[in-house]
Amino acid sequence: MSDGVEQKNTKLVYKLVFIVLAMFGFGYALVPLYDVFCDITGLNGKTASEATVDEVYEVDLNREITIEFITSLPKSTPTMEFRAEKNKIKVHPGQYYTVNFYAKNKTDKIMVSRAVPSVTPGLAAEYLKKTECFCFTEQTFEPNEVKLMPVRFVIDPELPKKYKTVTLAYTFFDNTEKSVKK
Amino acid sequence: MSAATAEHDDHHDHGPEKGLLRWIVTTNHKDIGTLYLIFALAMFFVGGTMALIIRTELFEPGMQFVDPQFFNSMTTMHALVMVFGAVMPAFVGLANWMIPMMIGAPDMALPRMNNMSFWMLVAGVLLLASTLFMEGGAPASGWTLYPPLVLQTGSALPFAIFSVHLLGISSIMGAINIIATIFNMRAPAMTLMKMPLFVWTWLITAFLLIAIMPVFAGAVTMLLTDRFFDTSFFDAAGGGDPVLYQHIFWFFGHPEVYVMILPTFGVASTIIPVFARKPLFGYSSMVYATAAIAFLSFIVWAHHMFTVGMPMAGELYFMYATMLIAIPTGVKIFNWTATMWKGSMTFEAPMLFSIAFVVLFTLGGFTGLMMALAPVDFQYHDTYFIVAHFHYTLVPASVFILMAAGYFWLPKWTGNMYDEKLAKLHFWLSAVSVNILFFPQHFLGLAGMPRRIPDYAVQFADWNMISSIGAFIYGPSQLIFVYIVYKTIKGGTGEKVTDEVWEGAKEQSLEWTLPSPAPYHTFSTPPKEVPTMSTGR
Repeated sequence: MSDGVEQKNTKLVYKLVFIVLAMFGFGYALVPLYDVFCDITGLNGKTASEATVDEVYEVDLNREITIEFITSLPKSTPTMEFRAEKNKIKVHPGQYYTVNFYAKNKTDKIMVSRAVPSVTPGLAAEYLKKTECFCFTEQTFEPNEVKLMPVRFVIDPELPKKYKTVTLAYTFFDNTEKSVKK
Repeated sequence: MSAATAEHDDHHDHGPEKGLLRWIVTTNHKDIGTLYLIFALAMFFVGGTMALIIRTELFEPGMQFVDPQFFNSMTTMHALVMVFGAVMPAFVGLANWMIPMMIGAPDMALPRMNNMSFWMLVAGVLLLASTLFMEGGAPASGWTLYPPLVLQTGSALPFAIFSVHLLGISSIMGAINIIATIFNMRAPAMTLMKMPLFVWTWLITAFLLIAIMPVFAGAVTMLLTDRFFDTSFFDAAGGGDPVLYQHIFWFFGHPEVYVMILPTFGVASTIIPVFARKPLFGYSSMVYATAAIAFLSFIVWAHHMFTVGMPMAGELYFMYATMLIAIPTGVKIFNWTATMWKGSMTFEAPMLFSIAFVVLFTLGGFTGLMMALAPVDFQYHDTYFIVAHFHYTLVPASVFILMAAGYFWLPKWTGNMYDEKLAKLHFWLSAVSVNILFFPQHFLGLAGMPRRIPDYAVQFADWNMISSIGAFIYGPSQLIFVYIVYKTIKGGTGEKVTDEVWEGAKEQSLEWTLPSPAPYHTFSTPPKEVPTMSTGR
């Protein structure tokens, strides 16, 4: 093989290896990109992870929306009890409501748990605004502690007319191991 | 250059090293091609045995032979072995053997890396196979390795992930080698638009591979760190999202299925003109269609996830983008049919397999279109319908074409003719049984039988039994192929084959201008002229 070809090969291999490394990076870049994309479009029903500012809306008494609450525990967290005070309530857009959630640590050890919220339909998530929620931080439970945790929220009157029912679901994950390690 | 040529003539016929070491240290593209092909054939039977275990369990409703965990391991390992151990290496083997001979090059551009990528493949597959004997069993989450399920795998998880890394590095090195060979090693007369389609499809496939394998490596690395290093890429408890994995996986996964089908198209486009004794119809449209399919494969991934709860706009976009793929694919089907139109066709085994490919792949393509329709996909999703669909595009397509390629080039590789009678028996047994095996799975899927289940409702019993009977015929009849290959290597029918082997093949493509069997070193000096019939001229 002549030297010319060998040089060309080396150059090309460098370029191709660069593409490979760039694509490996791209795979990782997809993680923040996915979050940004979901944030902008509101596609996957994630609610804001921080409390929203207490804003005063004009209450629309002519409109009634059903808010359903779902609570679930993954198989890995059988050591808790977790439920909402009510299964569903009817609300007027613009008015603030408080719903209590009840959780109990059934073990005699300290437990650190995190609730992850999800809203269905996903595109309604940005109109459900929470000024107070136990899901904003990890919750520490003393042995056998029972907690009554309020969620204060408002439905933005801008919520498109087609949505008549909005479901707010919480899953309580046991994060004790990970948090203790830290 | 002239000095180099003169020097080369002095030791023109130095052959391979003697003994077993030849196969371990070889850097010869023909040796490595042979290694890849034999390894792929062996893995085809390993993966096939797993499939037979699956079909045996599904022969009747109820649990008979294996426990559910092992059954799920079998579906997972069957897929991983067939995709990464059989079909992909088989095409890399063909690429190694044929690309240098088709473009008039003396060898692959990077022979040492070539050797390394083969042995890394062997290491990767052995590592994967070793998980079968580990505590907690082999991965049982399906070949897509979705979290959170896959994170429940026992001790096998890190081994499976490292094996995916090895297989990925091996494919990437193979792909880089193929691109470098095609770009830098062509005979001066072999311009890009004179390259046989097999070379073209592999060039495009190689680019797909270097774009997607690193993404997959990244995804499985995230699984690894989620499990062992407390990251939360896909763990909702830590703010991650399991659906994200599906997006990353299918960003890799959809082009990946085209990695297995594009070289298939290339071989079909090589074989059909030879036996129709006509130039390939629509050569340049074939090249552009291949490139179009490759491009589209990157922007349709979420059609694998219509049921995750995407909003309407997303469903519509992925639905229409997916249906767009039918256009370049349709161009190809049309071109193959038009190549056969009014040709002086003969029906030797390679042609029979190729014709069956055109018909049955089209059928698999149509069921793909059905599932591209987002509203109806909700019914088909994760049922036996999708199993039937992708097996139609893989078994009577990729695997049939690999068999066709075997029969087509065996005389060139060995210098002996294979047994045509046995090959035809192999073809008819395969073609009939593959339909008995997979066609009833359409019905099962439409009736609602989920995939990846070891037991099922009695209403599915009849078609499952028929499907299993098909599998029991299809599997063993592939042993005929092994016997034919063995017999051909040992001397075949005794009939002396000519250089061009198939009538008029010399006009089609360069490899047929070489002696049969092809000498250990070929095209040490590049050919002056190249045949162009395979390019439609």
